[in-house]
Amino acid sequence: MSMSSVTLPEASVANGDDAKHPVKLAVKNLDFFYGQTRALKGINLNLYKNIVTAFIGPSGCGKSTLLRVLNRMYDLYPGQRATGEVLLDGQNVLDPKIDLNLLRARVGMVFQKPTPFPMTIYDNIAFGIKLYEALPKSEMDGRVEAALKGAALWNEVKDKLNASGLSLSGGQQQRLCIARTVAIKPEVILFDEPCSALDPISTAKVEELIDELRSQYTIAIVTHNMQQAARVSQYTAFMYLGDLVEFDDTSKIFTRPTQKQTQEYITGRFG
Amino acid sequence: MTDMAVEAAQVAQSDTPMDRARALSAFKFGDVSFYWITRLSAMCVLLILGGIIISLIVGAWPAIQEFGFSFLFTQRWAPSAQPSPVLGALGPIYGTLLTSVIAMAIAVPVGLGIAIFLTELCPMSLRRPIAMAIELLAGIPSIIYGMWGFFVLGPFLANTIEPAIIALFAPIPVLNSIFAGPASNLSLFNASLVLAIMVLPFITAISRDVFATVPPVLKESAYGMGCTTWEVARNVMIPYTRVGLIGGVMLALGRALGETMAVAFIIGNSFKITPSIFAPGTTISAAIASEFAEADGVHQSGLILLGLLLFVLTFIVLTCARLMLMRIERRQGA
Amino acid sequence: MNPIYASRKRTDFIIRGLCIAAAIFGIGWLTLILGSLLWNGLTSLGLNVFTQMTPPPGVTGGGLLNAIVGSLIMTIIGVAIGAPLGMFAGTYLAEYGRHDKLSSVIRFINDVLLSAPSIIIGLFIYGAVVVPMGGFSAFAGSLALAVIVIPVVVRTTEDMLMLVPTALREAASALGLPRAYVITRVAYKAARAGLITGVLLATARVAGETAPLLFTALSNQFWSIDLTKTMANLPVTINNFVNNPDPNWKNLAWAGALLITLAVLTLNIAARYLGAERTPK
Repeated sequence: MSMSSVTLPEASVANGDDAKHPVKLAVKNLDFFYGQTRALKGINLNLYKNIVTAFIGPSGCGKSTLLRVLNRMYDLYPGQRATGEVLLDGQNVLDPKIDLNLLRARVGMVFQKPTPFPMTIYDNIAFGIKLYEALPKSEMDGRVEAALKGAALWNEVKDKLNASGLSLSGGQQQRLCIARTVAIKPEVILFDEPCSALDPISTAKVEELIDELRSQYTIAIVTHNMQQAARVSQYTAFMYLGDLVEFDDTSKIFTRPTQKQTQEYITGRFG
Repeated sequence: MTDMAVEAAQVAQSDTPMDRARALSAFKFGDVSFYWITRLSAMCVLLILGGIIISLIVGAWPAIQEFGFSFLFTQRWAPSAQPSPVLGALGPIYGTLLTSVIAMAIAVPVGLGIAIFLTELCPMSLRRPIAMAIELLAGIPSIIYGMWGFFVLGPFLANTIEPAIIALFAPIPVLNSIFAGPASNLSLFNASLVLAIMVLPFITAISRDVFATVPPVLKESAYGMGCTTWEVARNVMIPYTRVGLIGGVMLALGRALGETMAVAFIIGNSFKITPSIFAPGTTISAAIASEFAEADGVHQSGLILLGLLLFVLTFIVLTCARLMLMRIERRQGA
Repeated sequence: MNPIYASRKRTDFIIRGLCIAAAIFGIGWLTLILGSLLWNGLTSLGLNVFTQMTPPPGVTGGGLLNAIVGSLIMTIIGVAIGAPLGMFAGTYLAEYGRHDKLSSVIRFINDVLLSAPSIIIGLFIYGAVVVPMGGFSAFAGSLALAVIVIPVVVRTTEDMLMLVPTALREAASALGLPRAYVITRVAYKAARAGLITGVLLATARVAGETAPLLFTALSNQFWSIDLTKTMANLPVTINNFVNNPDPNWKNLAWAGALLITLAVLTLNIAARYLGAERTPK
């Protein structure tokens, strides 16, 4: 299908919102390549502070790829490269001289499948904190408790902190991973389809949690589930075949999309 | 596939019921006999194990009767002593354990280091060639390693590194008896080093295989928190694959314990136990290899008893190794 | 910079360095071995190696002809006995006894035998064959090699047959073929490349085995292709030559070692190549 009919993404971005919410992360003219394949084409958008931005679009549209650029996760794999700019508080994340470990501590990520580390529940949280802070035991206990409470997991695990993280249910594991991410106090949290492996009840809990986290963090979430995007996000970006088709207020995207493709996608006509 | 369909068609086309019955009974006979051929072949594996155990016990019986448990605790090895031979396994047991332990102490960290290098640090274009080279080296017969150790490594160590170490530790008590001179072409240490080099490709290959079972997303989530490569390896990869790694190390240990040709040339064949690792010694397999062909009577029986001990030792180690590797395989399949 | 982070960076830097050092160390030794093998082997390798018999001590010249031929004979017989047996046993494990208790015991014992010390196999054959037959023989040596071949082939055969899709077997059964025909005509054909790979790997494994031949086939200095007598073979000849100060013997030992290594590497590479060719049918 020809993409020539697509208006440039900038045209549909509500620029006036920059005033309402400070920009945390600005993506400018971003291109991304897997070897020779161009997977992202000239992406421009902003992630705002204390705002949840959802990325929707059919499989292979580049939404997960975009997320993996924001914390340079793609760097682990040779043959993948990004051009353009990703400014985190004005600092270019794509700068080859940037310290990746520090970047990733500032931009946390929660994955599609729960990934508890092969250690106890307590250590799953404490491990990340110890990377940056040397705390006495009592203070560490407090931080672990706070992180688990923050992820609404404390009541379920407080009696078995020394059990393996792998012993938890899928939904609990995912909340453990969120707690682990929150514990190191990032500024931005990226969620890559965090609920696709969870049952509806766990999904509801995680969504609630994301909404609470909004008050302290800048959040981006990739999801296949449009209801989820409508429920948790304030801004929504619709992507298709590596292009950012439309980026606007969530309510506007779901009620009065300006692009034909967006409308077709959200009404279920393709994707 | 086609010829089979044709055959099946021929059966179906058989004109009279008689023909078909005959064809079917021929099928049936072939079917039953094939089943039994494979089943009996499978039993052969058990038969081999049984045969090994029985033939070793029968062969070792005279020595067991002659020496009993004192065989395990006697150092003296005097097959031609008068009035009757005195044989003790302490020297070979000591040598077997010592060389294997030193070899593993060198090969395990180095092998793990290479495996981490190959999975996390090495440029992509070099990974496959290096991994392939290492796997090919794991297949080289051990006599090649032994020969190289005898002609090249032994003289090199005795002329350069060993005198330096001996001089270095000479003033320090305890250590000066562990690293006591004179440096020699034939010694426990040289044999250990050859063993280490021999099991190195093996440990590397197996560690690389088990590291490959770590789900990429698990590593990504550790990197995603800002972990360094070493932290990912230490806190995620190694704990996740711990059971498999231990299994691999035990498998390598089993090899080292039973290895014959890599050590036989270079160990010196001395049954005397000395504290110095630079002194000559022997291992169970080296003792059997060097003496068996010329031995007879109780002497030969004593060597078979040594073999029985080695078999029991490696059997235990290999059983543990296999049980652990099976656990990681099962998890991977789940 | 955060002091904890600084020290983490430092540790990481050091360990990365150590890993690279380990790689250089390990690969360095192995290159050294291959290098000295190639150097010494090639300088000792001449046409005489392939045309003349092993020389007595103190004599110059001579070759390894009888040892090469003896090794070929014993390896071929060993594989010819061990490979079919192993293949049938592997077939049983994969096709008939996938889930029964006997199979899991056999599978486990086979895995242990796979890495049992080869000198033990030599002792076993000495007790089970050499003593009853009244002397060392090439036949006993071949049997010792066969015992080493079996577990390797059992393992690869089972693994390869497991890869054959069940649907293929069901399709064949649906034609009315009995089990044995389904296995021999369909499963074996689908897994053919893998089965050959297994046999090649097993051949590579025994081609350089020394310890099990030391007191089964022994070795000798002459031309002999009588299976009931001792037979010259490369590994034991190398073993005897290394243990002797004669310089001519030393050179021939290097030449023999090079030949064995090349044979083993060729077999391994061929096995790999075939293994990579394997396409799921």
